[in-house]
Amino acid sequence: MSVAAISARQLTRKFGAKVAVDHIDLDIPSGRIYGFLGPNGSGKSTTLRMLCGMLLPSDGHAEVFGLSVVRDAEAIRRRLGYMPQKFSLWEDLTADENLQFIADLYGLSGNVAGRIAEQRATYNLESLRKQRAGTMSGGQKQRLALAAATLHSPELLLLDEPTSAVDPQSRRDFWERLFQLADEGATILVSTHYMDEAERCHGLAILAEGRLVAEGTPRDLMAGVDADIFEIEGADGSDAPRLIRELPWVHGVTQLGLRLRVLVDRGAVDAESKLRGLLDTHGIRATIARSQASLEDVFVVATRREKNGV
Amino acid sequence: MVFKGSLRRLRAVALKEVRQLSRDRVTFGMIVGVPLLQIMLFGYAINFDVRHLSTVVQDEANTSMSRELIAQLRATQVVDVRYMANSSAELDRLLREGRASMAVVIPRDFERRLQSDTRPVLQILVDGSQPSLSGVAAGLANLPLLTRHGIGPYAGGKRMAPRRVEVRTLYNPEKRTAVQIVPALIGVILSMTMVLFTSGAIVRERERGNLELLIATPLGGLELMVGKLLPYVGIGLIQTTIILIVGSLLFNVPVVGSFLELYVAALLFIAASLGLGLFVSTLAQTQFQAFQLAFVTMLPSILLSGFMFPFEGMPRLVQWIAEVLPLTHFNVIIRGVMLRGAELPELWPQVAKLVLFIAVMLLIAVARFKKRLD
Repeated sequence: MSVAAISARQLTRKFGAKVAVDHIDLDIPSGRIYGFLGPNGSGKSTTLRMLCGMLLPSDGHAEVFGLSVVRDAEAIRRRLGYMPQKFSLWEDLTADENLQFIADLYGLSGNVAGRIAEQRATYNLESLRKQRAGTMSGGQKQRLALAAATLHSPELLLLDEPTSAVDPQSRRDFWERLFQLADEGATILVSTHYMDEAERCHGLAILAEGRLVAEGTPRDLMAGVDADIFEIEGADGSDAPRLIRELPWVHGVTQLGLRLRVLVDRGAVDAESKLRGLLDTHGIRATIARSQASLEDVFVVATRREKNGV
Repeated sequence: MVFKGSLRRLRAVALKEVRQLSRDRVTFGMIVGVPLLQIMLFGYAINFDVRHLSTVVQDEANTSMSRELIAQLRATQVVDVRYMANSSAELDRLLREGRASMAVVIPRDFERRLQSDTRPVLQILVDGSQPSLSGVAAGLANLPLLTRHGIGPYAGGKRMAPRRVEVRTLYNPEKRTAVQIVPALIGVILSMTMVLFTSGAIVRERERGNLELLIATPLGGLELMVGKLLPYVGIGLIQTTIILIVGSLLFNVPVVGSFLELYVAALLFIAASLGLGLFVSTLAQTQFQAFQLAFVTMLPSILLSGFMFPFEGMPRLVQWIAEVLPLTHFNVIIRGVMLRGAELPELWPQVAKLVLFIAVMLLIAVARFKKRLD
């Protein structure tokens, strides 16, 4: 295992009385794609901003490449690429002009034009060279933004919800690109609220209300989820969802087409037969089957536990 | 090495700013349009000379000399004798109705009074509701006195010498106002455009989200600010040139001193205004706030700097405020260089104050600008 690119201890950020990030511990290995999964307001952006030295921690500390994000912010910045949630390049500049500007800011040496051409080819920007960023589509903007963020070949990439404004095909391409970058040795920290994206990460931290509620590889998280999952088929159009939700040991009920997906407390005894009993009493004829936990189930269980203060 | 990288970032920021400016047609138009519009407007409108005043004359004497006086009055072009009143009631009515702004009453014993030292030869009534007319009346009232002190023409009963009633000798010559106004206009126009343009500079990057990306790069606060300001220095010099050319072509305003010193002075003032704008930029959170703050600095600059009212006439407290404004010092410098042919070393106190102002503003702005979002 390689050395940690990022480590944080009790990292905390308050805005007035509101605690945006609440004593988070992180150890993110280098050369991996690490995801922050969480709803809006869970502290993903604030954590990323603290890691690139833009916001000071209210408490705790964090190190990037072994450097303090407070004291050595400038040294970290040179080795880091950051892509804010909102498109932050200059809309009245063309693709080429934006890239050239960023190259100058990072003081790229050697064949700068060659490096920019390389990025243009990699990110399919050739036809957009003379086009102003403001007139580009969401996907085009995102490719340009990633090209700019990776122009100086940073060792660490911080991406704040990079795919929130792009179409599915662009998202797929984008993630393919991320894996290539990770293969080339970059550490990538990406925040998202898409389950399918989170599932592609090597490592994952689930954030809820500023706290880290679960961490691990997506596979471990799904295997270790603290719940049993049942799928009920044939209960559509009935009272079943409401009835099941009222059971105290049920975490949640999700309707997936004709199926109901029920998350049950792992500690609950004989959950399956109790569910059947409930359906039978109400004359609902349905089949019940055990199912594998998905990442969404992990997310629901983790954030629910947080809400209940368990 | 460090210096070279810094220079490169500086140049990159300046180039980016120029590109953005050249694509913002409205702003680009303002660079040339604002000074042109304002110098035309102010050059013509701010005119302390008064011409073609609608005037009523009541000639009670009705002698050849009184008629000659009226003819001379007409010849001054300061007054247009539009009405001849037969009674003082008629004269009052014309004044009250605002059809005449001034009335000249020639008394019955006009010629005898000319000889006497004690009694006024003419009565001039002025509409006091209009500012700056009383000065004209004071000038006109001097007219008979002057001619009488000239003695020769009247004592001999000969024609009045036309030079005696020429406006120029009695008032500020027509051009004088423009000559006073145009140099000061350089300062006023520069502070308007410079402070306004730059006050939004940093805020705009913040509002559009660019700042979040900028502070994640190695770009330093000073590099960002100076880089953003550099293009405006060029713009300020262009505007100065426009004003000088228009001032020379339309208003015959001379440049007595050296052009080099004039531009050095302009450069100093541009830097001071940019510094002020930058300071405003770090105070404001939105462009709207920045513009409001810019206006707050602009009005005192125009009113208190000696552009509108003489500095000496202001209360002590207001003078202190005016001392802080760069325009106050620039007005002294520019009038000196342009009109009196003074050299900058002779005006060193003002030059030093401008330099101090620039340093303080830049220091505050850089200190206030943190590469952080909080």
